[in-house]
Amino acid sequence: MIEFQNVCIRAGDFQLKDVTFEIGSGQYAVLMGRTGRGKTTILESLCGLRRVQSGKIMIRGMDVTDWPPGDREIGYVPQDLALFPTFSVAEHLKFALHLRRFHTTQIERRVHELAEMLGITHLLKRQIEGLSGGESQRVALGRALSFRPTVLLLDEPLSALDAETREEIQTLLRTLTENTGVTTLHITHNAAEATALADRCFHIVDGQVTEESMNQTEQASRANSTAS
Amino acid sequence: MTDLTTHRKAGTKSKFRRRGSDLPFFLVMSGISSCFILLIVLLIAADLMFTSFEDFRAAVMKPEIQSAFRLTILSCTIAALLSIWVATPLGYLLSRYRFPGRLLIDTIVDIPIVLPPLVLGLSLLILFHLPFGNWELEAWLRDDIGFPVTYRWPAVILAQFSVSCAFAVRTMRVTFDQINPRAEDVARTLGCTRGQAFLQIALPQSWRGMIAATTIAWARALGEFGPILVFAGATRMRTEVLSTTVFLELSIGQLNAAVAVSLLMVAIAVVVLVVLRVLGTGLTS
Repeated sequence: MIEFQNVCIRAGDFQLKDVTFEIGSGQYAVLMGRTGRGKTTILESLCGLRRVQSGKIMIRGMDVTDWPPGDREIGYVPQDLALFPTFSVAEHLKFALHLRRFHTTQIERRVHELAEMLGITHLLKRQIEGLSGGESQRVALGRALSFRPTVLLLDEPLSALDAETREEIQTLLRTLTENTGVTTLHITHNAAEATALADRCFHIVDGQVTEESMNQTEQASRANSTAS
Repeated sequence: MTDLTTHRKAGTKSKFRRRGSDLPFFLVMSGISSCFILLIVLLIAADLMFTSFEDFRAAVMKPEIQSAFRLTILSCTIAALLSIWVATPLGYLLSRYRFPGRLLIDTIVDIPIVLPPLVLGLSLLILFHLPFGNWELEAWLRDDIGFPVTYRWPAVILAQFSVSCAFAVRTMRVTFDQINPRAEDVARTLGCTRGQAFLQIALPQSWRGMIAATTIAWARALGEFGPILVFAGATRMRTEVLSTTVFLELSIGQLNAAVAVSLLMVAIAVVVLVVLRVLGTGLTS
């Protein structure tokens, strides 16, 4: 479903070389690694916001390496969420559907379906200003899933949330990805988060992406919780 | 902890009180700031004391000054609107993209700001009258297009625009620098082209900056004098704007009329700045 074939990316001072991995359709994969090792760079390359130097990026068997971001059908939730300050919550959910020229009734139906799924029906008329961290996160997720993308990219979606909200969003993520069957790549530093959500776990070490068994991730998570 | 409690009980609260007061800070800061405010207020007060209401009334009733007033309002508004049209895309490009020659473009934008006003006017005059073989811009505009520029009202607007646009570009660039480009990136993943991301995401966020840039461009155009004098001349009832009126009235020894027109310009500037500021940022900010 998502395939990186010998991808080389240069981002500022560092370079990712021969990045090769694949994630199957509907799988929930987690990408871990220390800060500044290129996790976000990989996500940006996948959704078309960063050019790759060489190699191929395949989605659903198609080579999308040179495709513009809008044609890749990828829902992206960046770390800072980047909500649109002049939009209401409902407008966030409608935006991608308007761009795809959906009929008004279809848009309304989809917005209500999404809002219900995310538990934000009561927020639809609200502006973005004043939303809590958890509410903003739900809006960003709704915006990314609104057009039924085949791939969902999450860049540390739980890092800025308190423990209780993190638990809620974690459950929501699992439910959403199971219900929609969307292939997900999620960046995190947290091994416990990876264990709770992921089917597969990748690590970036020295510019290379390697897969780690879920048992190893679970052990790391247990070691972390014992240490803390 | 025990010590602290004991001291508090013993009434030695003063020992723990911060000794430094914020009063000197505010005195120094407001003292320095008030020097400038006082200078401006004194300048206006001196003008007001120099002239009388009768002088002011007589000056503004003059048909030449009324004509200059109309041309000033019109030319400043057109120059400011043209400036914002150019400054918005240019400011956006300079803020968002790294491209070859960006530094050069950035420097060129600043040239009208640092150039002496008379030199700018002279450069405009030379540009319009420099022959390229048998072709000359002014002659082409006058004879083929039927739209002569030099020493006419379009020259006034072009001279004002050349300077005010540079200030508007600076303002718009800072405005876009302060807007998170990530939102436009996300919009592109949702299906936007770069153009749609600019129009639907960046532009609506920049409206305060656009109003600020328009205000600055308008105010700058109002104060323009040197390039207008050289490129448009100072022909009464034709290319005379209020800044040239002050010069013309002074040159014929009409000091009272010059001061009256100066006060009129102050009043116009205050009204326009207040109106735009209220429109743009609300009364409270």
